[in-house]
Order: sequence, then C-alpha cells, then structure tokens
Amino acid sequence: MRVALFVTCVNDTLFPRTGRAVVRLLERLGVEVDFPPAQTCCGQPQYNSGYRHQAEPLVRRHAAAFDGYDHVVTPSASCAAMVRDNHPRIGARAAAEGRGRALADAAAASLPRTYELTEFLVDVLGVTDVGAYYPHTVTYHPTCHGLRVLGLGDRPRRLLEHVGGLVLRELEGAEECCGFGGTFAVRNAAVSAAMGADKARRIRATGAGAVCMVDNSCLMHIGGTLARLGSPVRPVHIAEILASTEEDVR
Amino acid sequence: MSGTYLGMPSFPRAAAAATRDGTLRGNLRHATHTIRDKRARAVAELADWPRLRAAAAAIKERTLRHLDHYLVQTEAAVTAAGGTVHWAADAAEANRIVTRLVRATGETEVLKVKSMTTQEIGLNEALGRAGITACETDLAELIVQLGEDRPSHILVPAIHRNRAEIRDIFRARMADWGRPAPDGLGDNPTELAEAARLHLREKFLRAKVAISGANFMVAETGTLVVVESEGNGRMCLTLPETLISVVGIEKVVPTWRDLGVFLQLLPRSSTAERMNPYTSMWTGTAETAETAETAETAETAAEARAAAEARAAAEARPGARAGTRTGTETRAEAGARAGGADGPRAFHLVLLDNGRTDTLADTVGRQALRCIRCSACLNVCPVYERAGGHAYGSPYPGPIGAILTPQLRGTESELDASLPFASSLCGACYEVCPVAIDIPEVLVHLRERVAEGGIVTRGGKKAVIRPARGHAAERAAMRAARWTLDHPAALRTAQRIASRTRRLHPRRLPGPGRAWTGTRALPEVPPESFRDWWARTRGQGSPE
Repeated sequence: MRVALFVTCVNDTLFPRTGRAVVRLLERLGVEVDFPPAQTCCGQPQYNSGYRHQAEPLVRRHAAAFDGYDHVVTPSASCAAMVRDNHPRIGARAAAEGRGRALADAAAASLPRTYELTEFLVDVLGVTDVGAYYPHTVTYHPTCHGLRVLGLGDRPRRLLEHVGGLVLRELEGAEECCGFGGTFAVRNAAVSAAMGADKARRIRATGAGAVCMVDNSCLMHIGGTLARLGSPVRPVHIAEILASTEEDVR
Repeated sequence: MSGTYLGMPSFPRAAAAATRDGTLRGNLRHATHTIRDKRARAVAELADWPRLRAAAAAIKERTLRHLDHYLVQTEAAVTAAGGTVHWAADAAEANRIVTRLVRATGETEVLKVKSMTTQEIGLNEALGRAGITACETDLAELIVQLGEDRPSHILVPAIHRNRAEIRDIFRARMADWGRPAPDGLGDNPTELAEAARLHLREKFLRAKVAISGANFMVAETGTLVVVESEGNGRMCLTLPETLISVVGIEKVVPTWRDLGVFLQLLPRSSTAERMNPYTSMWTGTAETAETAETAETAETAAEARAAAEARAAAEARPGARAGTRTGTETRAEAGARAGGADGPRAFHLVLLDNGRTDTLADTVGRQALRCIRCSACLNVCPVYERAGGHAYGSPYPGPIGAILTPQLRGTESELDASLPFASSLCGACYEVCPVAIDIPEVLVHLRERVAEGGIVTRGGKKAVIRPARGHAAERAAMRAARWTLDHPAALRTAQRIASRTRRLHPRRLPGPGRAWTGTRALPEVPPESFRDWWARTRGQGSPE
C-alpha cells in the first residue's frame, strides 16, 4: 500500500507538529508513508474567495503530485473536502467553458483516493484503537467541513474514546461554526470574532484542558481567540493526540 | 428591488454594528435557537424526509427548466377561471399595474397579506406615493409597519423585537393607523395579540381590496396557495371583493400532486409544524364573496359570513365597478364550466419577473429560485444570528438572501457585492434546506462574479461585468500566493524566511491583518517547516 501524506500548506508552514504526528501515527500502525514534495496547496483559499481561475493550476498540480498513490491522507477535513467536493467542480466548469476535459479527468482521478486522517484510520485501516495514551480532559469541536461536507460522523469520537487516559467532555453547540471561514475571518471580522468568542466561552465551560479538532485552520482561529482571552485551554489537533503514547508522557 | 434599501452600508459594516447590540443578539439568539430545535424534531418525525427533499428539488428543477410552458399554462387556467393575468418585467412595472388596479376600484385603503414579493418591489411605498394606504395584517408585519421598521426575518419579520418593545410600539402608533391600543396594555403575548386582533378586525370588515403574494401557483388549474399560521391572510383572501396577487414567476408548480410534496416540507421547515393552521387556495373568480372551501376555523367562517352579510346589506356599487363585475361574471361562468372557479369577485394575478429570468440563465445560480421561503437557513445560520436581518439590506436576509439578492439586483452596489461574502461557508444552510439549494456553492460562484467579473445575463442580454471595486489588493495577493504555491521552491524559501524572522513578528498587525489580531493571537511560526523536517530526517532531495 503506497500512502502519500498531503500535509496541506497551512500545516506545512505553521503546524509542522501535526504532519510529524501523522507520520509517527501511521508508521506505528505499519503504514509506509511518503511525502510527495511537489505538493503545495489544494487551492481552497483561492476558490472560496472567488478566484476559481487562480485555483485551477493548483488543482492540476495537486493531481499530478499525488498521481500513482493508492491512498492520499490529509490531517485537514477542509482540504479533503476541497479535493473531493470542489476539484471535480472546478474541472467540470473548465470543461463547460470549452477548455477541455484534462482538468476534470485529473480531478476525478485523485478524488476517490483522498481521505481525511480519521476516515483513513477507521474506514481503510479498520482501527478505532490506535494504541494512543493522552491523560487529559479533552473536548471535541467537529469542524464544519468534516461534519457536513465529508460526513465524518462519529469517527473522530470513536478514535478519541479509545485513547488511554483521555476523558472526553461534551461541548455545547458543538456543531456550530467557530467563525473562521478563511478570508471571512478578516472580511467580516466583527461577526467572525463574535462567533469565535461564543465558541471559546463554550469550550471553557466544559472544563476541559484541551480542545481537539480535525482541522488546524479552525484550530488557529479558536486557539488564537482562547489565547487572547488568556484561557489555559490548549488547542490540539487530533493527530497529535492519536500519535501520543505512554512513552511520550514519561 | 425596493428603493427603501438604497444607500445601506455594506454587510460587514452593518453586521459589525449589530454585533455590538446586546439586546438584538439576545433576541435573535433566543428566537432562532428555539425554532431550529423545534424544526429538527418535526423533521425527524418523517422517515422519508431525504426523499421528500430530493423530490422537491427535482420538481423545482424540472419546472424551472420549462418555466415558460408552465407560466403560459398558469395564465390560461387563471383566465379561464375568470381571473386577469398581468405580466410585470420589473418592480416599477408591477407597482404601476397594482396602483392602476387599486385606483380602478376607487379605494384608498388596501389590506395586505404577508408577502415577500411585495416587499421586494417596495409596493407599500409605491402605493403610498399614489395616495393609497396599504395596511399589513400579519402580526409581525404589523409590528414592523407600526414601528416604521424593516422586516429582519422571512417568517418572523419582527424577530429582532422583544415583547416590551412591541408593547411600546403598539401604545405609541396604533392610533395613527386605526383603532388605538387598549388602555394599560401590558407586554404578555395574549394581551398583545388581542390588541392586534381588535385593531385588525376593523380593517377586515371594512376592506374592499386586498393584496397578497402566494406561496405556490398550481399550473394545471391556475390555483394560488397561501399558507399561514394566524388566519389573518385568510380574512384578506375571503372578505374583500377584489384580490390582487403579486407572485414571482418561480412560484409555479405543475400539478396538485407536486404541491403535496411542498405542503409537507414547508410547514415543518419553517414553523416546525406538521401542518400549517391555514391553507388557503383560490382559483379565478366567483359570483359570491363567501367562497373559500378549504378547512376554516368556525370562528373565521362565522366572521366571513357576517362580513358578507353586512356588505350585502350596504350593496350599492358605483357603475364603473358594476361594469367590471359584469365582465367578471362572464369569465366566472366560463371558469365554472372549466371546472372550479372559487376566488373573490375580481381577481388579478401580477406575474413578476424582476431579475428572475436573468437568474434562471445562470446554471449554477438558478437553484436559488427553488427557494420556498421557509427561512430554515436563517434559523441555523451563525452569521445571521449575530448580524441580524437588516444587515443583508433586502427583504431576503440570511443565507438565502446572500445568494438571491445579488442575483435579482445585480452586484453593482457595494452592499450587493458584499453579500456573497457574508458567510463562513459552514454549510448548515444547505443541510437544512428542504429543496436542497447548495447555498455554499452559489455563494462561491457569486464571489467569483464579484472578484473576477465575468459574463452575466441582465435584462435578458449577456453582459460582461468587471470585478467589483475594492478587490484589487486581494486579487494581487491571491495571484502572488498562487504563483508561490505553484512553485514549491518559492514556497520553501518563503517558509524559511518566515521561520528565520520568527522572533521579529509583531503581536498585532496593521492593515487588513488588524482585523485578525484585534481579537485573536497569531500562531507562532515554527522554527522548521514540515517540508524541511521531512527533507532533513528522511534525507530526500530537493522539493522539485
């Protein structure tokens, strides 16, 4: 099984710990991981901001970078959603504009092989107990694209429930958006901040020491809000929890 | 759309002001969360909800593809049943037609059934300029009208008001419009409803002309349908002699069988009811006024009869109207032969385009025309909850407004250009939409129109529009980012520069970055990118 890590541009640049955790976790589970260095970004910032034509070369690059792998795994629900939901859409629009089928075909090829990390663990590897140990109280915020576009369902929770030492706390209004939304956070800063503040307040109300997500972009927004509020709640990507073992704690 | 919304600030500015209004946020939060929870329970009762939703979307799509056919069929059926059909290309034309029709009756006061379409065209204001007073009869619309306010929700236009505010509005303004508020009016819901009831009853018994929209038009019989909770619309539809219905051309459904699908979806999605309390249907005209044959409450029926008797006793019509009536009766007889005319004495259907045909020409954006105005998307939208309905600058607020308004009105104004960006793309709206409008898809599609420009249809003609102003810096940044991201070596260099200068990064940023660092700490740039870590530890060569 040839598995490629699609680390995403945000994780590559700002959260390399998450990428390293995915590698450690998958290798512990016996998966051989490769990192195709030609990868950069899935084009989500461009596409979601209305620059579809700017996203096209990135769709093409992404498809070429991951060509030939059995599975592509990414620790980002929104980037997985971009590849699965929007790359085919961008390809189809290019074809409809009379620019040929090449982009559509490239997008279609990478689509069925792309998995968000928890999907890959539960659906492909068939594990919910990954042998992790994380002795903390944790609450889980299901990010919008994981929840609604990918339909991750209870996969992340099932994985967390099998982590040794971890106590899971319910989050009120868990399914409500944290207010990040890419450029929305800057363009509609007041509404974004209000949404983030409400989310941060509910996270603090759980009494958990950490809040866990499947997406570092939302985590950056929530974590930044918590930090500015002086909250000790630690934002942490699920990959880092799942990669932790008893040896790490000692 | 309505001129009353001209000159409003762009969404971000209006929304920012709303987020600072604690009372407004409290009112909105309480109301939307209550109704969204009830809706979820009502929807969960139906095991076949996903199939109903898919059926509704398919019916609407098919109808929109053949809209010309179904509109002609509707016109023929309405005409055969004794009604008169008028076609209005835009708001101004629709307002002219309605004003002319009201003037022909000699009346200067008309009753309104709650209608989004008439708000879209600014009908009340247009009638006002012609010396005709239009009185809203829906309780929430009455509150909005008395308060000289704007509606802020599709289903609950006064959602932004609490009970104390409503009491104050009733006390201060009811006397100006008719029967004043009772002395010592309190703020409990029963008292407030009773005050509105007494105020409105006078109007119901006096009115000769009513104006409505419609939730649906059934093409095969030319039947119009209004669903409501209060029964005030039913009063307007049955008591007055003349009924003028202004209906968007997208409201047509081909058959009664199709209608059955929507009558299951709409109440559960909008009010979380299994069935709405009042479903009124009318087809063309009838010889007598007391004709509604749908299930009425005894009280409403009794009131309808009393009013009809009162009117019969005072029967002495001007000659001009008698002429109209004679003509109508002839058509009504023809309609009765055709099988079932049961409307008011005179019925006019004004079919409104106002940007709908142009919207239909856009294969991605046209799905907005499926909307049945249930407002479920508003009630789950975290942006609407904080921004309030007024920030959207049109009668259509929330996620549906963010995609419908810029299509109906175009994206020329700053406000309309800002609407497609009034969303975090969380997808909650798509999830609840009973006709499966992929609102995030349309939002992104319209963002493209604003950011990159492109070809659109306006006034039935293809037009090339330029990118909206204010996007030049963003466009340049996107291009630069795209170039970097298309060159992994450049990305790696940029990452290394960021890492090496990490100790120098400011805690708060100027310019557009200030919006981020005002309320959020920036993430710290790590000493080493993942890419560099991989190359260092796995010993694999250059990134190209």
